[in-house]
Amino acid sequence: MFKLLKKFNRKDVLIILICVVLISFQVWLDLKLPDYMSKITTLLQQSDTGINSILEQGGYMLLCAGGSLLSAIVVGYLASLLSSTFSKNIRKKIFEKVQSFSMEEIKKFTTSSLITRTTNDITNVEMLISMGLQLLIKAPITAVWAIFKILNKSWQWSAITGVAVLILLTMVVMLMIVVIPKFKIVQKLIDNINGLTRENLLGIRVIRAFNAEKYQENKFEEGNIKLTKTQLFNQSMMGIMQPVMYLIMNCITLAIYFVGAYLINAAGFPDKISIFSDMVVFTSYAMQVIMSFLMLAMIFIMYPRASVSADRINEVIETFSTINDGDVEEENYIKGEVEFRNVSFRYPDSEEYVLKDISFVAREGETVAFIGSTGSGKSTLINLVPRFYDATEGEVLVDGVNVKDYKLNILHNKLGYVPQKAVMFNGSVKYNVSYGDNGKEKASLDKIKEAVRVAQAKDFVEKMSNTYDSNIARGGTNVSGGQKQRLAIARAIAKDPEIYIFDDSFSALDYKTDYILRNELKKYTKNATCLIVAQRIGTIINADKIIVLDHGNCVGIGTHKELLKKCSIYKEIAYSQLSKEELENE
Amino acid sequence: MSNDEYKSKPRNHGPGPRIAEKPKDLKNAIKKLILYLDKFKPLIVIALILAVVSSILSIIGPNKLSDLTDIIKEGLITGINFEKVKSISVFLVTLYLVSAIFNYIQTLIMTNVANNFAKNLRSRISIKINRLPLKYFDNNSYGDILSRVTNDVDTIGVTMHQSLGSLVSAITLFLGSIIMMFATNWIMAITGIVASTIGFVFMFIILAKSQKYFTLRQIELGKLNGHIEEIYTNHNVVKAYNGEEESLEKFDKLNEKVYECNRKSQFLSGMMQPIMSFVGNFSYLAVCVVGAILVMNNEISFGVIVAFMIYVRLFTNPLTQIAQAMTNLQSTAAASERVFEFIEEKEMDDEKNIKKRLHKSKVKGNIVFDHVKFGYNNDRVIIQDFCCNVKPGEKIAIVGPTGAGKTTMVNLLMKFYEINSGDITIDGESIRELSRENVHDLFIMVLQDTWLFEGTIRDNIKYNKENVTDEEIMQALEVVGVDHFVKSLPKGLDYVLTDNDSISAGQKQLLTIARGMIKDAPFLILDEATSSVDTRTEELVQKAMDKLTEGRTSFIIAHRLSTIKNADLILVMKDGNIIEQGNHKELMNKNGFYAELYNSQFKK
Repeated sequence: MFKLLKKFNRKDVLIILICVVLISFQVWLDLKLPDYMSKITTLLQQSDTGINSILEQGGYMLLCAGGSLLSAIVVGYLASLLSSTFSKNIRKKIFEKVQSFSMEEIKKFTTSSLITRTTNDITNVEMLISMGLQLLIKAPITAVWAIFKILNKSWQWSAITGVAVLILLTMVVMLMIVVIPKFKIVQKLIDNINGLTRENLLGIRVIRAFNAEKYQENKFEEGNIKLTKTQLFNQSMMGIMQPVMYLIMNCITLAIYFVGAYLINAAGFPDKISIFSDMVVFTSYAMQVIMSFLMLAMIFIMYPRASVSADRINEVIETFSTINDGDVEEENYIKGEVEFRNVSFRYPDSEEYVLKDISFVAREGETVAFIGSTGSGKSTLINLVPRFYDATEGEVLVDGVNVKDYKLNILHNKLGYVPQKAVMFNGSVKYNVSYGDNGKEKASLDKIKEAVRVAQAKDFVEKMSNTYDSNIARGGTNVSGGQKQRLAIARAIAKDPEIYIFDDSFSALDYKTDYILRNELKKYTKNATCLIVAQRIGTIINADKIIVLDHGNCVGIGTHKELLKKCSIYKEIAYSQLSKEELENE
Repeated sequence: MSNDEYKSKPRNHGPGPRIAEKPKDLKNAIKKLILYLDKFKPLIVIALILAVVSSILSIIGPNKLSDLTDIIKEGLITGINFEKVKSISVFLVTLYLVSAIFNYIQTLIMTNVANNFAKNLRSRISIKINRLPLKYFDNNSYGDILSRVTNDVDTIGVTMHQSLGSLVSAITLFLGSIIMMFATNWIMAITGIVASTIGFVFMFIILAKSQKYFTLRQIELGKLNGHIEEIYTNHNVVKAYNGEEESLEKFDKLNEKVYECNRKSQFLSGMMQPIMSFVGNFSYLAVCVVGAILVMNNEISFGVIVAFMIYVRLFTNPLTQIAQAMTNLQSTAAASERVFEFIEEKEMDDEKNIKKRLHKSKVKGNIVFDHVKFGYNNDRVIIQDFCCNVKPGEKIAIVGPTGAGKTTMVNLLMKFYEINSGDITIDGESIRELSRENVHDLFIMVLQDTWLFEGTIRDNIKYNKENVTDEEIMQALEVVGVDHFVKSLPKGLDYVLTDNDSISAGQKQLLTIARGMIKDAPFLILDEATSSVDTRTEELVQKAMDKLTEGRTSFIIAHRLSTIKNADLILVMKDGNIIEQGNHKELMNKNGFYAELYNSQFKK
């Protein structure tokens, strides 16, 4: 929590200081009110008072109350400004942070947890700051001021107040000890609920096809019950606080009167009246003391949850991407070259290598294809180029420079990456195709149209109701898988990259479209280098170089024909797709 | 959700839906809230009664305390009557204790109600998701729905238990003190009430204003959530395209809006408390002044003023509490409005009337498409006039360029969407006459997108089918060829799959195929199920599938024409219609669209 609060800047601190001053002023006025009240009471008891003197005192009192109101409003304004600015900034900070993460960190946190952290958790902290800040300042000031006023009255009464405060504090501390660990669990359970809902939404067709609605609902219900139980426990515990507070507040007055009765009885006559009036004043101030502790307790009610949320936020903010910017910015004279030098890779939490000692060079204008069985490491290999992950050993070079040395956006500007799973954003076709920033101007409409044409998406895009301005729903749910893939390819084309990376990006296309698209692409991008992960031999048959992967090892490099002769695994793959005659026709 | 903020163009002229940003109906929301709370009414009533009793006790308290003061005051000269002091003290302690206990029981009940209500709402949302037509999800973002399950329901749960109890006890205090006031002196009573009414007016003005911002805030938060979800999920593309700045810009815009609503709603609702305490002081003063005049005119005694000082406090304090409770209640209302909106979304047609049922084991396997016409939107027909008769045990392949309507055929067959006209029959029964559950029961479906959930491999494979032994699971895994892979995982079948696992798409696909195998059904649909499996593995899968298709009527949608060469019937689709049909040889001889499609995969 406090780590988060350190994020306050100088202006925020200034606002807090102003709040402290204003709140002190307010407390001073609030504590002055009883003085005027008692003056009015005394005036009323004197039979000869005119209405004017009452009005005079009343005027002062109203002035005090008005002043208190005014400063409270200003404080309220400042506090709302502070807390919402704070949450806005933190939210932005997290968002920026998450954007800077590599796939590894995303994997560590899981996407759904990151989402809750950016939304729900921040709201929790914000609530504490907006309410808590005022209380946190006001409570101690009131407590100290009020205690100062009642000191030297009677040690017995002070003792009673002290005991009451002690009981309160003990209760609060004990509750905190019991409840805070549970609050941590609550947040996890909320994540779980969130995750289950996401799962249900994403798998909706499968769930329906399996008639598994009940199954999912039961699973959800299980999480739901756990969450409810934990929250019930927490709130029931916290619920003890309020009745006990009131009980103590009531009893303290009673106790002061009760003890007071004995004190008065024991005192000599002249002291009796002064003790009596002290007693009445004392109760009202003692109440102020207790009230201020009550305010503090309110913070304690909010604190645990907010503190857990703050920890979760901190966790994100303090995680640093394992993949950092290099400093190479200038353009090199080499263009479109990708080289792997003895590259090995394993996931940080795993023993086993996914890629072992891979070396190859792709030169400008060349097409290099990767083929191999599922799980052979093709996608992982290609993911090392845009630095979604970093090679564990060896070097990946683009245009002769180690990818780790590049400024990331410079590196990304060189690449046109099309993922396995085509990704769409909520926005127009135009927006989706011209997505991102390639260091040059935003693609013009002509450029977009050209890219869409090359990607074989022209037909369906122009059939859409608003053609290039048609809206693509979030996640691209209103276009088919193949259409999505073609738009994703168009996105890469519109960028004019030096190097294309196709991570099995043709799988949702039928052969004919696949074929035409590749031909058009070749025509369009003569000088661009292509790295293609593919399943179909047909897709890569003309590649300049085919790299055959098996369990992370490179088992063959060469052209289609060469490999047919010398690489048994490649032969196996090829024969499974094409008949012998077809192959021999080549 | 439409979003035209991306474009520099001023407005989207399309008829796309826009979010209504006007403040919604508080009264209606509360009415609905009460309706939804129906089940909890008895408990709420008990809690409220307890709250009332506990407040009445607290009205009695000060009275007794002033008695105590009087006794002490009288005793200043004569000596204090300790018998009476003791008896009053004992009485008061009992009173306080009872009040505290009632109060706590009340809190417990309300906590229970609020949490169970929240739980209920969450369950309802979860169930609702499965009852909505797929169409709904075409138009609504996941982030938005997620935000309702967590943020909104949470708000309801937290605010409700804080607001209802204190609202009732405050109202009791409020009414109780009004009665006491009028019983004592009516002029003074009116003075106190009029002075406080000013507070009321302020309160409601502020309440109305802040309510608007609360609703707006939830809406904006939902939008922001949607954007965050999108960017986080598409992380790799955002990175590769340097889209960070762009998405940050959009984030900033949305964040700014949330901030504005946030600030305003917080400020306004934070103002209530100070205003109310000012009003408290103001009415105190009014009572003193009017009281003084009355005392001077000898109409009342001084004691009445003292009594009124307490009453005015008792009267205005609850006002503050009411204000607080109202603030809470309005966040409840704003959040519940959004939750109810989702819960009340139009569901798929009710199928209770459907009595007919095709039993899995008795299905022969005949499917007829009879002049089927369908479009996702009314203005765009995707399937024109589709006719086809599929005989039991046949293997039907559907091929054609992307967008030809192949997947749509599956959506219709599975009753995911309702057809516009025409009919589909299974063994002569129209699927309109069969429940969705029944239809789904008859099909094994394996889709292109590999959906697996966070859980063990075992749970993922057997899924909702009960009594599946590990042997059967291993067998299925063996058939699809991932048994070695699964065995090599740290815990074998108990290995927990997670969201961002390093297991490849192909392996995931194989697992989903194994899942399909475990579910036994007379029909089989493979919607490009092998497209992310490499061809070597595919051969294995192919063999397994051939085994699986024996005796089953199957539909296979594939791009790789090699996978469907042995199909009994190949339907070649283009633009929603079948343009050619026959087996591989026939179609090749015909030298038409299919042949062209087929040959294109070998062209240079």
